Amino acid sequence: MNRIDRRFAALKAAGRTGLIPFVTAGDPWPEHVVALMHALVESGADVIELGVPFSDPMADGPVIQHASERALDKGVGIGDVLDWVAAFRQRDSDTPVVLMGYLNPIEIHGYARFAAEAVRAGVDGVLVVDCPLEESAVLAPLRESGLRQILLAAPTTAPERLSMLCDAAEGFLYYVSFAGITGAARLSTTDIAARVADVRAQAKAPVAVGFGVRDAASAKAIAGFADAVVIGSALVERLEGAASAEEIAGRVALFLRPVREALDAH
Amino acid sequence: MPEIRDFHAFPDVHGRFGQFGGSYVAETLMAPLAELTEAYLRLRQDPAFIAELDRDLTHYVGRPSPVYFAERLTRHVGGARILLKREDLNHTGAHKINNTVGQALVARHMGKTRIIAETGAGQHGVASATVAARLGLKCVVYMGATDIERQKINVYRMKLLGAEVVPVTSGSKTLKDALNEAMRDWVTNVADTFYIIGTVAGPHPYPLMVRDFNAIVGREARAQMLEQYGRLPDVLTACVGGGSNAIGLFHAFLNDRDVRIVGAEAAGEGIATGHHAASLAAGRPGVLHGNRTYVLCDDNGQITETHSVSAGLDYPGVGPEHAFLKDAGRAEYVGVTDDEALEAFHLLARTEGILAALESSHAVAQAIKLAREYPSDGIVLCNLSGRGDKDVHTIAAREGVQV
Ligand SMILES: Cc1ncc(COP(=O)(O)O)c(C=O)c1O
Repeated sequence: MNRIDRRFAALKAAGRTGLIPFVTAGDPWPEHVVALMHALVESGADVIELGVPFSDPMADGPVIQHASERALDKGVGIGDVLDWVAAFRQRDSDTPVVLMGYLNPIEIHGYARFAAEAVRAGVDGVLVVDCPLEESAVLAPLRESGLRQILLAAPTTAPERLSMLCDAAEGFLYYVSFAGITGAARLSTTDIAARVADVRAQAKAPVAVGFGVRDAASAKAIAGFADAVVIGSALVERLEGAASAEEIAGRVALFLRPVREALDAH
Repeated sequence: MPEIRDFHAFPDVHGRFGQFGGSYVAETLMAPLAELTEAYLRLRQDPAFIAELDRDLTHYVGRPSPVYFAERLTRHVGGARILLKREDLNHTGAHKINNTVGQALVARHMGKTRIIAETGAGQHGVASATVAARLGLKCVVYMGATDIERQKINVYRMKLLGAEVVPVTSGSKTLKDALNEAMRDWVTNVADTFYIIGTVAGPHPYPLMVRDFNAIVGREARAQMLEQYGRLPDVLTACVGGGSNAIGLFHAFLNDRDVRIVGAEAAGEGIATGHHAASLAAGRPGVLHGNRTYVLCDDNGQITETHSVSAGLDYPGVGPEHAFLKDAGRAEYVGVTDDEALEAFHLLARTEGILAALESSHAVAQAIKLAREYPSDGIVLCNLSGRGDKDVHTIAAREGVQV
């Protein structure tokens, strides 16, 4: 069983809401990525979303853009990201890892080669922002190797398309809470509750809600109606400038623990 | 690749030109793109819309543009006749207005009240600001901070036309980053905003729509050739940034197999130096800005910074239809360096009294090379995509002249 599926089954059995932090691989420091991943787990992460830096992150706001630029300036490539996942797996064989990024780095690496290396490293899923279901034929080698393709649904997604996405969903379905880019603060939980309920009723996989979750309060509001909460820009922003593995772990704990507690208190 | 019978049969319903094109965008954009595709496919067959567009092209843009025999340039070069399709004579000074007039009408039909655009050289920004002013629509233009610096006149023109120019400071601060930023705006403001992409790039239906609106160039030129010369040219050439003026000229001729087609990309300081923007001549298939095409990127798939003396050619991707024409063997794509373009700029100025845009000067340089390959009764038809007023500061600075 894929780690993502196992983790969501466990969450469901325990009646808990999943916490999915996003960090950009290589930011703030390439040498501390593995420590950062362990820190996320220690602070309550259920799934780790690891951003693969890309030069043209069209769907990202300034926070993740800049994190991506900093990582690229330090020479981070897709091979490094896979190496870090492999290193993380030496001490953690349970926490699912999803790579999130854009298509071109995978395309250039080669789909079959990427699939084989990602599985060997211990990656569980991929979320390719600019590869909608209609263009996903190229990702077949990834799916055939057992990697879950995490699909997105958005407020703009039309009803027929939503059913198609819900049918095709595997791992989890990522519901984008508003039409916009990452990092914007436009969350309106009342607007999305009904919509997410509808998505959850249809989806063949658990539903995680992301975009606009900034702190314990907003996470808790979402926890009322989602299987999991994704928290990205707010965390990436907190990590900027952290100089050592200890400082990174400290900041992660300070930021993520209250979110975890809020989710569990729900 | 199988033999292609009809080049006018592309793209297919998914916006694919063979393996190129498509819609590689975030989920949030799938609905607005579907809405745009639906509206555009309806309008492009609507006689009332076509008549409205024709009226604007005639009375506002000033079409048709002439095909001009550059006689002194031809004599100077000493080869085939060089003919220039004078897109520089259009309102606002380039082919870009063909597309913005068309897209603005689509925007109005869709009830959108706000126009956004990306721009490199500023020509597309100016052409967008122009049509927005004319239709009373709000206009925001995204422009790389580097380009703002080298195209000051166009920035001021946009402001005079009432547009807001937003500097883009992410990435390489040029056209590709402006396009990213415009996409981010669009995704955030889809309800009231229409994104006018300035070239045949982006997700479906943009490569189709922008090509359709510029295809008037080739349709006119083909008819003008038959009428004035009683035959088609031996070879066509145009500069290729994103590829809109080039596909505009080429499209009507794609099924005329005897007409050779050569696109001129920006080779910057030379392809071997790595400082260039020749995506087709030196890139590889990849995915950028919503479509599969040739891109300039490193082995990690990161899009690389490009270089060209002309801001409008400084783009690491290219329209998917050109990628398709290259792989199908229907068109050739070659590099023209900064120096060659500047030399052609001066030569055209002094032999014909025409200041060409630096982008277009790449096409002129290529036309000169091609003219030498053909006998004196041969014909090279070159798209003079824009005028050079916007570039005089760049040229002066490069040549150490104070203006
Ligand atoms: C005069 C002129 N020609 C050509 C171009 C390049 O664009 P395209 O390749 O889409 O024609 C530009 C872009 O700004 C331009 O201003």
